[in-house]
Amino acid sequence: MKSLSHIVGSTPASGIRRFFDLVAELDDVISLGVGEPDYVTPWRIREAAIYSLEKGRTTYTSNYGLLELREAIVAKHIERYGTGWNPRTEVLVTVGVSEALDTAFRAILNPGDEVLIPEPCYVSYAPCVAFAGGVPVPVPTRASADFATHPEAIAERITEKTKAILLSYPTNPTGAVMSREGLQKVVDMAVEHDLYILSDEIYDRLCYDTEHVSVPALAGAKDRTILLNGFSKAYAMTGWRIGYACAPAPIIEMMMKIHQYTMLCAPITAQIAALEALKNAEQDAAEMVADYDRRRRLFVRGLNELGLECRMPGGAFYAFPSIEKTGLSSEEFAERLLKEERVLVVPGDVFGEGGIGHVRCCYATATNKLTEALERMGRFLSKL
Amino acid sequence: MDLEVLRILEKDARLSAAQLAAMTGKSEAEVAATVAAAEKAGVIRSYRTRIDWEKAGAGRVYAFIDVAAQPERGTGYDRIAERIYRYPEVHSVYLVSGSQDLRVVVEGKTMQEVANFVAEKLATIDGVRGTATHFLLKKYKDDGDIFGETPTDERLAVTP
Repeated sequence: MKSLSHIVGSTPASGIRRFFDLVAELDDVISLGVGEPDYVTPWRIREAAIYSLEKGRTTYTSNYGLLELREAIVAKHIERYGTGWNPRTEVLVTVGVSEALDTAFRAILNPGDEVLIPEPCYVSYAPCVAFAGGVPVPVPTRASADFATHPEAIAERITEKTKAILLSYPTNPTGAVMSREGLQKVVDMAVEHDLYILSDEIYDRLCYDTEHVSVPALAGAKDRTILLNGFSKAYAMTGWRIGYACAPAPIIEMMMKIHQYTMLCAPITAQIAALEALKNAEQDAAEMVADYDRRRRLFVRGLNELGLECRMPGGAFYAFPSIEKTGLSSEEFAERLLKEERVLVVPGDVFGEGGIGHVRCCYATATNKLTEALERMGRFLSKL
Repeated sequence: MDLEVLRILEKDARLSAAQLAAMTGKSEAEVAATVAAAEKAGVIRSYRTRIDWEKAGAGRVYAFIDVAAQPERGTGYDRIAERIYRYPEVHSVYLVSGSQDLRVVVEGKTMQEVANFVAEKLATIDGVRGTATHFLLKKYKDDGDIFGETPTDERLAVTP
């Protein structure tokens, strides 16, 4: 047999996968290892989808997605951030943000093009760049600087091959957000070096202490930015796999070509559900976000009281405490905590080098479970 | 009055002052003072546990009684309502618009017990012109809680 893809073969499987097997052998596990809300999609959204099925809406849609949904997406961005796109030519509805991300990289990258990716970050970014023939270049961020991306760190890594910068605020796994000034500096640098910006803003609604700063709304950004967003996090719609990209028409045209030949279109039922979310589920989303905020405060305080130093994350629903004081590696800590106290957290180093010495804990979990998890973690630490 | 603390407590009355403080970013003393003031002012009416008695194996019988009442000069429906709500069998009493005047929820161990209460006590109160009794057959949702459905976490244990 001839060899399989070298690029795919040389890409390691996600470090998270190993914990699937471990957890399968255990009972009574409190999982803080998830990356999704513990809410079920609000009923009004589910009901809209069910109703559409009853009405027999089971067809393909335009490759770009339902025009009504694209218009609603644009209207929402104008309302929130003052930035809009032409819904006919500058918006593409995708199968989750994951597909938007993959399609965006494939649309802009040629073999050998480099993409700067601040770390720690979502596990799929670097592999997606590699699958598209590009070269991911990590830009480390530090806990001491709240995991914000330093323009200087980016400047040091720009080469002739650099094609794009990927930004993702609020960030998975650290919950970091960036100031308007900080982001503007990164945008200015992208303008100076003629780089594309991919801005994954899937957690935009989950910003607690400050207003979210949308990258395409910054001066000079919109003409070179591909905004990626979706419905999974804010509306508890992870399983619906519905996302979108907004960008200048030539970029969307390229992305659409890939999308057309691979996905064809996002599922119509999910698109109809997404439309209902935008039109009528703002209050549901706001209540969920308020709840995550309360859990964030409770959980992060609890971690610090246990001596697991943890900055207050500004967004998303992850706490990223340091476990360095325990003397254990992130992997050892996570594995022993799971086996000895049945609490599942994710080792920070699976999200990049900057995550060494940390673990990711998702606090989108019921308050009583969070309290119980903290008690178990305390017991675990006292035994070390 | 701190509405945020009240909203949280309405969902989960078991949370301690320390937990409430952590969740709201306020001090424990502030939260405790808020709760005390709300209790004193009667804003917090009571702390109760909502139990699915069917599931617990001790079913109870509820009936909704629509009452046509004769209002009185000066007190309107208040005196009749008071006569009704003082009975321990009466779960709640509302003045409603429409063809009837009062909507009364009565609780008992058996249907016969409830029927007897309506016939002997409620219907015979001065000013009660008529009653229509509707027994509760199944409880789907009560005070915001969906009954018969124990929420389970369907998420995978680990996701990106």
